[in-house]
Amino acid sequence: MPDPQGREAARVPVRLQQVLFFAGLLAIWWLLGALRIWPSYIFPTVGGVCSALAHGFGTSAFPMAIGGSLRRLAWGYGIALAGGTATGFLLARVNWFKDTFGLLVLGLQTLPSICWLPLAILWFGLSEKAIVFVVVMGAFLSIALATEDGIRNTPRVYIEAARNLGAGGLRLYTAVILPSAFPTMVTGMKLGWSFAWRSLMAGELLYAVPGLGYQLMMGRELNDMPAVVAVILLIICIGLVTDRVLFSLLQRAVRSRWGLSQASARGQG
Amino acid sequence: MSRVFRRPGREVTALAGLDMRVASGEFVCLVGPSGCGKTTVLHLLAGLDSPTGGSVTADGAPVTDPDPSRVLLFQEAALFPWLTVSANVEFGLKQKGVPRASRRARAESLLRTVHLSGFSHSWVHELSGGMKQRAALARALAVDPAVLLLDEPFGALDAITRDRLHAELQEIWMRQSMTVVFVTHNVREAAVLADRILVMSNRPGRVVSEHRVDLPRPRHMEDPGIIPLAKGVLDDLMPEASDA
Repeated sequence: MPDPQGREAARVPVRLQQVLFFAGLLAIWWLLGALRIWPSYIFPTVGGVCSALAHGFGTSAFPMAIGGSLRRLAWGYGIALAGGTATGFLLARVNWFKDTFGLLVLGLQTLPSICWLPLAILWFGLSEKAIVFVVVMGAFLSIALATEDGIRNTPRVYIEAARNLGAGGLRLYTAVILPSAFPTMVTGMKLGWSFAWRSLMAGELLYAVPGLGYQLMMGRELNDMPAVVAVILLIICIGLVTDRVLFSLLQRAVRSRWGLSQASARGQG
Repeated sequence: MSRVFRRPGREVTALAGLDMRVASGEFVCLVGPSGCGKTTVLHLLAGLDSPTGGSVTADGAPVTDPDPSRVLLFQEAALFPWLTVSANVEFGLKQKGVPRASRRARAESLLRTVHLSGFSHSWVHELSGGMKQRAALARALAVDPAVLLLDEPFGALDAITRDRLHAELQEIWMRQSMTVVFVTHNVREAAVLADRILVMSNRPGRVVSEHRVDLPRPRHMEDPGIIPLAKGVLDDLMPEASDA
């Protein structure tokens, strides 16, 4: 940081701009609502959305929906994390696996994960498992590919230095290769998380299980636009908290510890 | 011994008919033009690479695998960025199963030896180039190697830092009975540090001449005896370098 004071001075107007922008947006929304140009099932008012939020939380419909969605996400993401890391590991270390299964992975990567839903429903029936399967398929590949990439790019000199100092076998992986690959793996984990979240919402929209996607469809069926917008806001908030806060903090911690530049962290974020 | 690298479509003979012996406790410098296979020699001595012809032996036993008794210091310090400086120094001891408390104590004392006390909890990227090489030296010394192999460790450092590290390395070597093989392309650096200087030929590398250095230690880059000696080594080296 060459000139912290100069940066601080420049930052205040930026924050002010941001506050003014969102305040302006809210004011326009409020004004358009107040003018009653469109019916409320086309254009919801600010007050309508607020009372939909209050009602949703008051009747515990929203907490239950959030809980249901997050539970499926945790299951799906957890499975994808374990399976993806193991697969990435094999892709990096076993050449014939890379040459065969690696090709399949590249092919499958082009398939949007929601396309697995019909297959999942035929396999698992109309159950939680079908949606969890779609979430797994959403996150799995990016985690596997990032793990592979990170392990393959372990600098040779780290491995040589470690072997020279007496590390071998499993210790070489746990003490050197995995820590060296970790920053790349975190990037893949973050990407996988946002794929999982998108897949989950798509899956929940398509059939009825208690969750945020289902709340959205309910709003549509009842012509309840305020509820639809309220749920959209909730989905954005949860996405922001996990993606921007949880993963970005993890990424920043990793990068500052490994001594990687903040500029490239921002580029990847 | 010889070492041929086979890559798809081409074959590079890095070393051919290289024969060298290093006595226990001796400080040997290996000088040669760039690309002559100096680094390959160190990798072979460390057991990180195997010769395609001939053999490497240490105390009569063939060298086939890396071992903490022969530690290589890389051109780039190769410290692990996810560990603190102290944890880097402790790395080899941890592999041996040395308990934490004695690891800590040993790392502290070694960091003091290389003038890095106070940096044990720093991250690697917070160190300067010279400090990184000092930490790497401490990490290598931690496992008490019989042989220390150094691959142009001070090549990227400024002259003042390098001179200081020359003094420290000589001091450490004089105190411990360690065998050192030091690779450099700087003949004056070799004259300052070595008991014996081996000049290598252009690729495929082999030893073309040998110079004994009997000047009193500790030596310094500007010592009057160093300059004529370095000149003699350079005279052997120049015909090799001009072919490169």
